[in-house]
Amino acid sequence: MLNETTVTPLENLSLTIDAGVDLNIDILDENDTLALRNRQRMEAAGVRCVNIMSSPGSGKTTLLEATLNQVGHEMQVGILEGDMTTELDADRLRACGAPVVAITTGRSCHLEADQIAAGLDKLGADGGLGKFDLMVIENVGNLICPAAYDLGEHTRVVLVAVTEGEDKPLKYPIMFHGADCVVVTKLDLAPYLRLDIDKLMANIKQVNATATVMAVSSESGQGMDTWIDWLRAETAKGK
Amino acid sequence: MPHEIDMTKALIVSLKEWYREQREPLPVAKVCLVVGKFTCVEPDLLRTSFATQKKGTFLADAEIVVRETEFIAYCRACDKEYRPDLGLEYACPDCRAPLGDVRSGRELKIERIEWQVPETATVAAGN
Repeated sequence: MLNETTVTPLENLSLTIDAGVDLNIDILDENDTLALRNRQRMEAAGVRCVNIMSSPGSGKTTLLEATLNQVGHEMQVGILEGDMTTELDADRLRACGAPVVAITTGRSCHLEADQIAAGLDKLGADGGLGKFDLMVIENVGNLICPAAYDLGEHTRVVLVAVTEGEDKPLKYPIMFHGADCVVVTKLDLAPYLRLDIDKLMANIKQVNATATVMAVSSESGQGMDTWIDWLRAETAKGK
Repeated sequence: MPHEIDMTKALIVSLKEWYREQREPLPVAKVCLVVGKFTCVEPDLLRTSFATQKKGTFLADAEIVVRETEFIAYCRACDKEYRPDLGLEYACPDCRAPLGDVRSGRELKIERIEWQVPETATVAAGN
């Protein structure tokens, strides 16, 4: 008698092999590509761009009002005004005679490059961007998020008011480290505060070895010459 | 609204581009990110917002894995690296030179994608 040979299939074995690929893509790659395009577009038109950032209430809009009143006749400034809601700041700057595009971000706490691109389209709708000497982005009031987003600017300006205390640069080092220029504002209020302004300056310096640092009062005019001269020199770099 | 939500959107967009170009798109199992400690990004918030935003996308079964990089600065005067104390001390501990070059800690990258390749084998045995 022959033995029966049976072939018994074992259960199908199911294996997985881990496979992967290194990508090394920046998370903000899309934003940064757009930002580069914004920058090149402005350069092609001979326009220099500054991105002004600070906490809410540091005096960005007030500084810009005083600036436009002083230099509005000698250079054509375009403004891209970022705010979460309202066009209140945009309206203030329109009243100074500058063309302003208001970018209301809704619930977003920072501006991004695509919003700037759309703003540039609007400002350049009638004859292109060549009529501008300087493009100013007034960012959303926030010392954290805006630092991460390249918008296409050439220079970053960070404001800090004397009323904010000496420790802001230490608490928000990413923002202050990324600044090309730091402007201490509301200098006229310094005598009424216990602020140690030398300590504030030292703290700014500690997180940023190379930024130009100055102190101004938009209200009294103190230090405004230094700010305006700096801005003029910046604008000239675009020509 | 935390910016990690916007960043998650951005990373999904970046990955979509890459995914579209693959000849044989397989379900992604892991998205490996590098997040530096000198960025304003909180890894836990990225994970939370990713868990929500991945639903119904090609990343629906993927998990985020975050590798954090340390905040390391370089002092030119001393020609050496040091670790600043976030919130307290940023100058070089030896010569007190201010924070200049940041060598590490600013990374915000999609480092790697991993997927699982299914492989089936049938084994037959006889007596």
